[in-house]
Amino acid sequence: MDATIVSTQRLTKTFGPRTAVDAVDLTVRRGEVYGFLGPNGAGKTTTLRMLLGLVRPSSGRATVHGLPPGDPVAVARTGSLVEGPGFYPYLSGRENLRVLARYRGLGDREVDRVLERVDLTERAGDRFKTYSLGMKQRLGVAAALLGEPDLLVLDEPTNGLDPAGMADMRALLVDVAAGGQTVLLSSHLLAEVQEICDRVGIISAGRLLVESTVTDLRGATGIRLVAEPVDRALAVAMTVAGDDAVEVDGAALRVSGPAAQAPELARALVGAGVDITELTPVERSLEDVFFDLTRTVPEEVPA
Amino acid sequence: MTALVEATATAAPARTRSLPLVDATRAELRRILRWPATWVLAGVWLLLNALFGYVFDWISYRTGETTGPADAGVQLSSLLPAAIPDRFADGMPMFGGAIVMILGALAVGSGYGWGTWKTVYTQGPSRAASFGGTLVALLVLVGGLVLVTVGLDLGLSALVAAVEGGSAALPAIGALATSYGGGVLILGMWGAGGVLLGVLARGPALAVGLGLVWSLVVENLLRGVANALPAIEGVTNRMPGSAAGSVAGALGGADVADGGAPGVLHVLSGPAAAGLTAGYLVIFVAVALALVIRRDLL
Repeated sequence: MDATIVSTQRLTKTFGPRTAVDAVDLTVRRGEVYGFLGPNGAGKTTTLRMLLGLVRPSSGRATVHGLPPGDPVAVARTGSLVEGPGFYPYLSGRENLRVLARYRGLGDREVDRVLERVDLTERAGDRFKTYSLGMKQRLGVAAALLGEPDLLVLDEPTNGLDPAGMADMRALLVDVAAGGQTVLLSSHLLAEVQEICDRVGIISAGRLLVESTVTDLRGATGIRLVAEPVDRALAVAMTVAGDDAVEVDGAALRVSGPAAQAPELARALVGAGVDITELTPVERSLEDVFFDLTRTVPEEVPA
Repeated sequence: MTALVEATATAAPARTRSLPLVDATRAELRRILRWPATWVLAGVWLLLNALFGYVFDWISYRTGETTGPADAGVQLSSLLPAAIPDRFADGMPMFGGAIVMILGALAVGSGYGWGTWKTVYTQGPSRAASFGGTLVALLVLVGGLVLVTVGLDLGLSALVAAVEGGSAALPAIGALATSYGGGVLILGMWGAGGVLLGVLARGPALAVGLGLVWSLVVENLLRGVANALPAIEGVTNRMPGSAAGSVAGALGGADVADGGAPGVLHVLSGPAAAGLTAGYLVIFVAVALALVIRRDLL
């Protein structure tokens, strides 16, 4: 089986003079949770719409399940929730899913299964228009789960949910991924992506800035050390962590390596008569990475 | 046994093996038939048909007053079952057509506001199959509605015959079938017009508004202008409303000048009117389908 489930090559979409998605190359591997991260208006939704065949690319190529996007076979193997749930307001949640199940050639038992999965069985008989935003969002995810598709494309699935709802949604997505389904998830919430995604692609102003694992993106962890005298502290730290692992950062030293070596470092420093005033594990959050990356993007030049 | 049960439980859900168009039609019929708006519109048509086709004429007959500018009063024969094929489609070119056009415009236009088209077009069947399902579902609905109209007319005319002591002889089945076909053609054409407007406007409100202005106002204004300006009469006579009205006229309906229903015309021959109406239906559907397939869904 092909290890790649979604790939794009220089995928581009322009709306008049505005370039919404600019030469995006992304790759989603089978079985992973891929976070598609970017501020509002960065081009996330437009990219996902192109992958689903709702929007035609202006240039570039994309394949989903090895097929052109929008191919009925590829679409049937993909469950999606794009830019908010779209359902018939006058039908109940269950009846809405039954209509979609007809489209997919599925029976009503599958509808009951997905309702159970998103914990909506109790209110499934109520009209969609009476649902809260969180329930609508859950029904949208239930619709995406119909037929157990290999690939789930979810656009901001936690949008509009309260903190408890967000936690439930994250747990559901982790559970779905554990079952082997691939999840392509867009979000502007960095903490969310950091928690549940294997790999992320960061998009800003239509351009994919970086695509990597969360761990690689956050870079090496380290220890920030402020101690006197500095030259002796430097010598000790280099002995403990290695010559290349220590650099001087103003009045402090930055020691690269796992935070777990902090006790050993502290012992060695005290043993050498160094006075420690600060010893802090340093770990970049995805948020730091994100802001570093988006700051360096040049201003969009009008075409 | 346990292994078998487990295997069944974890297997992918079974898919029925049917054509995407069949799947889509079942889905669209389900959501359209459970839509209150469908029943409201169908009910309004049946009520109007009963009132203007039978109730008012019957009252006029009993009280001996005329309903139109014609010199003669209502003849009992026009209210009896045998007259159904002639009068069956009288209310359809204008009122029935307007109602079915609203249905078509709402059924398609609303999906853009609800966001249901993006949901539907990401289920599996191609856009052509999915939208084809909508079209077939609407056609089934129109066919059913015209059939119910036949039944209602039969019932009402049988009641008139029984109360007034007129002949309860049923109309010739061939003539009834022709009128049924004419009714489906007229309402189908207007419904397709509503569908096209819904696609063009990508919403229900503008589509319904424009459609009503066209069918109820513009066509009548053009007809008035054409009377004074013969140059545009040829164009006016080939408008969708004129074609549909001529179908009703050719089936035996009387026009307004003869005390008949507004919208019924005799400007085209039966075959020409039927061909033109069918042509409009096909063009409306083809343009709508082409737009749905080609356009980005934002």
